[in-house]
Amino acid sequence: MPEITFREAIRQAIDEEIARDERVFILGEEVAQYDGAYKVTQGLLSKHGEKRVIDTPIAEEGFTGIAVGAAMVGLRPIVEWMTFNFSLMAYDTVVNSAAKMRYMSGGQFSMPIVFRGPNGPAEYLASQHSQALQSIYAHIPGLKVVTPATPYDAKGLLKTAIRDDNPVIFMEAEMMYNLKGEVPEEEYLIPFGEADIKREGKDISLIVHAKPLHMVLKAAEQLEKLGVDAEVVDLRSIRPLDEKAIYDSVKKTNRAVVIDESWPFASVGSHVAWLISRNCFDLLDAPVELVSSEDVPMPYNHKLELAAQPTVDKIVAAAKEVLYLK
Amino acid sequence: MLIEQFNPLEDKMIQVMDENGEIVNADLMPDLKSEEILELYKTMLKARTIDSAALSLQRQGRLLTYAPNLGQEAAQVGSGYALKKTDWAVSAFRELGMWLIKGWTIEKIFQYWYGSEWGSHFGEEIRLLPISVPISSQLSHAVGIAMAAKFRGESDAVIAYTGDGGTSQGEFHEALNFAAVYKTPNVFFIQNNQFAISIPSSKQTASKNLAVKALAYGMPGIKVDGNDVFAVLAVTRAALEYAIKEGPVLIEAYTFRMGAHTTSDDPSKYRTDEEVEPWKKRDPMLRLEKYLLQNDLLKEADIEHLKTSFQEEAMAAYQSIEHTSDTEIEEIFSHHYAEMTPQLEEQLADYLAFVERSQR
Repeated sequence: MPEITFREAIRQAIDEEIARDERVFILGEEVAQYDGAYKVTQGLLSKHGEKRVIDTPIAEEGFTGIAVGAAMVGLRPIVEWMTFNFSLMAYDTVVNSAAKMRYMSGGQFSMPIVFRGPNGPAEYLASQHSQALQSIYAHIPGLKVVTPATPYDAKGLLKTAIRDDNPVIFMEAEMMYNLKGEVPEEEYLIPFGEADIKREGKDISLIVHAKPLHMVLKAAEQLEKLGVDAEVVDLRSIRPLDEKAIYDSVKKTNRAVVIDESWPFASVGSHVAWLISRNCFDLLDAPVELVSSEDVPMPYNHKLELAAQPTVDKIVAAAKEVLYLK
Repeated sequence: MLIEQFNPLEDKMIQVMDENGEIVNADLMPDLKSEEILELYKTMLKARTIDSAALSLQRQGRLLTYAPNLGQEAAQVGSGYALKKTDWAVSAFRELGMWLIKGWTIEKIFQYWYGSEWGSHFGEEIRLLPISVPISSQLSHAVGIAMAAKFRGESDAVIAYTGDGGTSQGEFHEALNFAAVYKTPNVFFIQNNQFAISIPSSKQTASKNLAVKALAYGMPGIKVDGNDVFAVLAVTRAALEYAIKEGPVLIEAYTFRMGAHTTSDDPSKYRTDEEVEPWKKRDPMLRLEKYLLQNDLLKEADIEHLKTSFQEEAMAAYQSIEHTSDTEIEEIFSHHYAEMTPQLEEQLADYLAFVERSQR
């Protein structure tokens, strides 16, 4: 199986879906002539032309709203936000228009639209440009939210997102674009709402989504040296959420740490931790732990920005708490 | 020609028929048969009658919060009448006359204000978007629809409505800018009714008029007497034609909201009777009635007869939806997604079980 980067996996998905369905197009800042701010759309303009790969003025609310209008009349837009930090400019359009139009029209209008781009802390980008916003999107009924962490998952989930008749928030990460992984040459799709066990284990469940998966896998290796066999559950899709996979894992391990790089208050991580506490109460041998970012804006200083995020050490420490290991 | 020639910097407005029902600009008078002129009048009168019925029903507690249309019938009907069936119309929320032309039925309109989402299930043949409450958010949607028409090689235009207050929103700027850059077939139609709830246009903008804003985007802007149905029709027709061939146009229809912003508003808190008084003489219905009577297209007796029949039609429509339009609890879970998520199915089951337990 060929190894490609996370970036190439996303590009392949967009490329294949534009070729497959004449209603699909991508628009956003720098996506066409410049090949994308992070080069995700490299080569797509020359291959598919400017009708399908469209540069926009700098106006997130505007081009997001345009995509909503186009989706309502049957096109299938992919909106690239240069990063999710800028998506906040378009938040009204996503929450009040994209997520609600089907409901408000008694089911008449479909909203086949994908909003994608990098999300979560990167490096040296400071408070307005380095934050994990999945929780505020996952909060909204009417949206689907997916957070792949490997090239394989990224390609399979993005193709599913483009074919979905609902608005899908598809979250990538700057720090993962160069990450390599195996991706088959033949076509495949990954359904939403299916978590993936990235490492099997029996002693503790480490439940994660998005980029921190890679930290969690390292933490699991460290725990192995301490004689702990950790299971790593990658949620992949947050809304809909694969609750069964979470409970099946906890049933086996009786202990759980939830890892989420967003802020701790009212977050995806705190919700998952609550679900486990609520639905696996009798199975648990220890309270569920949450490892999140610190509840502060992202510092610009590099040492501080690393300290503000989940780290391998923080995850190992939380696991040890749950295992009562001193 | 009309569109390119108009210079909004001169701060004038286009009028075809004056307050006395006299045609003052025959060159611009749209080419209409007598039946068509009567149809314009009847639609305006129907809108006014439904509007008044809706207000009474709301006051009786039989409709929810309602946004009245009194005084703006010419702007709504004149612009709506210019559309062909395949053109899209993107609503703000005060476009009753246009909705009737577009085919939103009285039953469905009442259903909407009754609180049923089925009211906005128009059917696919009716090219109208549901009301969008965040002010001017609908303008970008309209640009997207126009882009889609171009994308598919269709020669349809899209008209999108907003108000004077809506021109202050960032989305107004973004939508107009995009439309001009992409040369989409859009007509942006501002019903300048002078008040955004309580804020007068003078506190909304320092521009000398609203049409002038178009110039900065590189599109034509045109100001029209919004209480003159012939002028509104002429200008909107020309704008739609221009939009399909050349690109977007901004229209400012200068009118006045005679009633409240919504049934939750009391205009006496922010404007005087003296301000409202002159607009009574400029009433769009009165003006068209004078024209019709002077040209023997209508008799006084017809007016009362039409009013009665529209009133009966409105009440029959309301009665057909009253009580039967209460949404079932299942429906609030079923239209969020194309298919229900496992979480929604679980919530619905939990809710139904809760209801059953509490009824025991």
